[in-house]
Amino acid sequence: MNWGLVFRAALAVVLLAFLVSPDSFAPLLQPLVKYGAPPIYHQGNLLEITLNHLWITFAATLAATIFAVGLAILVTRPFGAEFLPLSRSIANVGQTIPPVAVLALAIPLLGFGTEPILVALFLYGLLPIFENALAGLANVPRDVEEAARGMGLTPWQRLVQIELPLALPVMLTGIRIAAVISLSTATIGSTVAAKTLGEVIIAGLTTNNTAFVLQGGLIVGACAVLINDGLLALERVLAQRTGRAQRA
Amino acid sequence: MIEINGLSKVFDGSTVVDTVSLTVASGDICAVVGTSGSGKTTLLRMINRLVEPSAGSVLIDGRNTRDFAGYELRRQIGYAIQGNGLFPHRTVGQNIATVPKLLKWDRERISARVDELLTLFQLDPAQYRHRLPRELSGGEQQRVGVARALAAGPNILLMDEPFGALDPIIRGKAQTDLLAIQRRLGTTIVLVTHDMNEAIALGSRIAVMDKGHLLQYATPAEIITHPANEFVATLIGSGERPFRLLSLDIVLNHIEPGDAQGESVDAHASLRDAYAECLWSGREALPVTDKGVHIGRVTLQRLSQLAARPQ
Repeated sequence: MNWGLVFRAALAVVLLAFLVSPDSFAPLLQPLVKYGAPPIYHQGNLLEITLNHLWITFAATLAATIFAVGLAILVTRPFGAEFLPLSRSIANVGQTIPPVAVLALAIPLLGFGTEPILVALFLYGLLPIFENALAGLANVPRDVEEAARGMGLTPWQRLVQIELPLALPVMLTGIRIAAVISLSTATIGSTVAAKTLGEVIIAGLTTNNTAFVLQGGLIVGACAVLINDGLLALERVLAQRTGRAQRA
Repeated sequence: MIEINGLSKVFDGSTVVDTVSLTVASGDICAVVGTSGSGKTTLLRMINRLVEPSAGSVLIDGRNTRDFAGYELRRQIGYAIQGNGLFPHRTVGQNIATVPKLLKWDRERISARVDELLTLFQLDPAQYRHRLPRELSGGEQQRVGVARALAAGPNILLMDEPFGALDPIIRGKAQTDLLAIQRRLGTTIVLVTHDMNEAIALGSRIAVMDKGHLLQYATPAEIITHPANEFVATLIGSGERPFRLLSLDIVLNHIEPGDAQGESVDAHASLRDAYAECLWSGREALPVTDKGVHIGRVTLQRLSQLAARPQ
């Protein structure tokens, strides 16, 4: 019996049940509230908020993936090698500026809403994805690369048929890290009126309602665990498939 | 036929290959021998333009290799390397199908070709076609590597230390198998090795390289009996010369009528093996059999004569 798997399946079931019917869980959270405050967040639909939160995370991670992987491919080509230091700087700056600061800076340009948090998460995700993509592409075994050239694959064919498939498991590690970071960081998007689970937590903090804080935090946490584990499993399958697990 | 004319390669001001000219006739196996840094691998890689020559030209069947785009040229030439470079994420069948697929063969033709090659290399298609490279032994991987190189039926096969990663026992078998397949297909092979034994065992001609220069290009017998200079002589090893000379020929060509005592030797064994057997068993002559039938004998005296430097 795989207890890890059982735990995750149970977690997913509980999470779904809570999102679909939060009021059924009211008795559980009731002891945490005082003075007759509501135990379940009702200023918005929890399921809707969660889906929006996930969508923001997904969109930002996808954009960061496309940009960072594209950049990593560019700088590992012979003609792009000189851009490597510059690209590293861009990715590092993205990681260095705190997302809160990015939010503050983005508001005058983009206004309140979803856009500033998308920009902040995009920048925050660049570094892990870029560095992992770079490592994955650089670690394609030399004899494999040599054989591919020697058999007459064009540079494009080598990239698509050999390098990317072999680099994919390592790339995925970076994407997973970025996705999990984005998922938790997306909560601060509520401060600029993006519809994320942060609004549940903030509502709880401002009204001294521990139940709100707890349900907001737990939903984010459960999503993070499930997404992390899902991507991790995918990585393992791919690593096995590409034979990298044994070579490494 | 491969004609190499005045081929040179200069890397950052140092000449790695210095005006090398040689011709490999169709169906020949040219073994390029040299120490590391002799330029032998660079010479090989200039034939399929993995390295672009600084000067000189390569003609394949009369056509200049510069007339093709690099990748087009390479699809026409088989290429097998040390460590075989199999694609770890593709099955044995997909690996072998690489070049036919690039050449846009249709599916049935590719599938038939993969099975044909696996059978040729003594790998049961049903059993091996869907395996991943890491599920194979070193010897099997090496065979798949060569099968992949031969997949599109190239006239020319370039091999860079193809047996370098194999242990000595499998290596001997791999060499014999390669010779058998080469005889059957008539492929012209250029093979780079640092191992003089391998060069003598496989090469119909041997090219000895040192510091970018081609020192000697001749048949194994010529190289052994008349090394061009000290370096070539050292590479052969003076103490090894008579034995290397004997290893070039088989017993069948030197039998005489009559019988001898003791265990017999096969007619297709090398003279070297027969000589060793004479010495080891203390006999003056060995009976020779061909497919189990007695056909004559070979004498120690004759073998000793054959081991001597030809006058």
